[in-house]
Amino acid sequence: METKQIFDFLSTLFPEVELLFDEEVPCIIVAREGIRDVALQLRDDEALRFDSLMCLSGVDGGDGSLQAVYHLHSLSLGHKLTLKVIVQADDPHIPTVEKVWRIADWHEREAYDLIGIIFDGHRDLRRILLPYDWEGYPLRKDYEVPEFYNGMKVPY
Amino acid sequence: MGLLDKQFDDGNIVISSVEGVLNWARLCSLWQMSFGLACCAIEMMAASASHNDIMRFGVLPRPSPRQCDVMIVAGTVTLKMATRVKRLYEQMAEPRYVVSMGSCSNCGGPYWEHGYHVLKGVDRVVPVDVFIPGCPPRPEALLEGWMRLQEKVRNFTLVKEKGAPVGEKA
Repeated sequence: METKQIFDFLSTLFPEVELLFDEEVPCIIVAREGIRDVALQLRDDEALRFDSLMCLSGVDGGDGSLQAVYHLHSLSLGHKLTLKVIVQADDPHIPTVEKVWRIADWHEREAYDLIGIIFDGHRDLRRILLPYDWEGYPLRKDYEVPEFYNGMKVPY
Repeated sequence: MGLLDKQFDDGNIVISSVEGVLNWARLCSLWQMSFGLACCAIEMMAASASHNDIMRFGVLPRPSPRQCDVMIVAGTVTLKMATRVKRLYEQMAEPRYVVSMGSCSNCGGPYWEHGYHVLKGVDRVVPVDVFIPGCPPRPEALLEGWMRLQEKVRNFTLVKEKGAPVGEKA
């Protein structure tokens, strides 16, 4: 199924969830309140069967917004889909999909570690790459490199 | 290697200084700590393989810092790793040496400007004896660096000269 068809299908199924279709890069922008229901439907629906979350990325939009991008793949039906959830940097909360696709566990931890998106309901939201005592989220556009880390000078 | 150049035709006796013997023994059995941090480690492994065979210098990779004389910092030292590198260095018995291999551990390498997570030179946390340039250095470069280190060990002195601290000769 094409992204547009899936969008129309979801729109009729979830009239209460705010959905947007982005034609430029075919993807569906989902309001964060609905991401968990939409994800479950995408995984379990007989016509969709998105059984694999290939990648979950965090993006800093550069305009004060943060995005989580979900790349889905159906191994049995062979089609792909991109979902996006866009939130504001001063309220970076998104419900977790870690219980829908187990692999989202580490992907969400990475997005939390580097971009600072907080995935509500995640079972173990810790930093995954950086040391636990690191301050800030380094892949944000407004990140400034600290002068020192644990007594070690950081800038060149 | 110094001692064996001398002739054995005088009743199997070689005359040397204690220092000379000790340093000769040490520089011919510098054991390295077997750990690598990035692509430089691949070249370090190539130096151990049959083509370059760094073992002919008496180099033996050891899995414990307590059995090692030399730490080859082969690769990018992240800030997270830097604390571990420092701890490993502290666990080594003296006299201990550090070889900084490749641009990353020398000065941060390609991460010098935008690497928020990279230590810009391992000499910020441990004292370095030999810097080897290259990205990554070829095994030959590592061998050259190793011979420089051996030269340093050969010139080490335990005898305290007047007014000078124990260590290298002036």
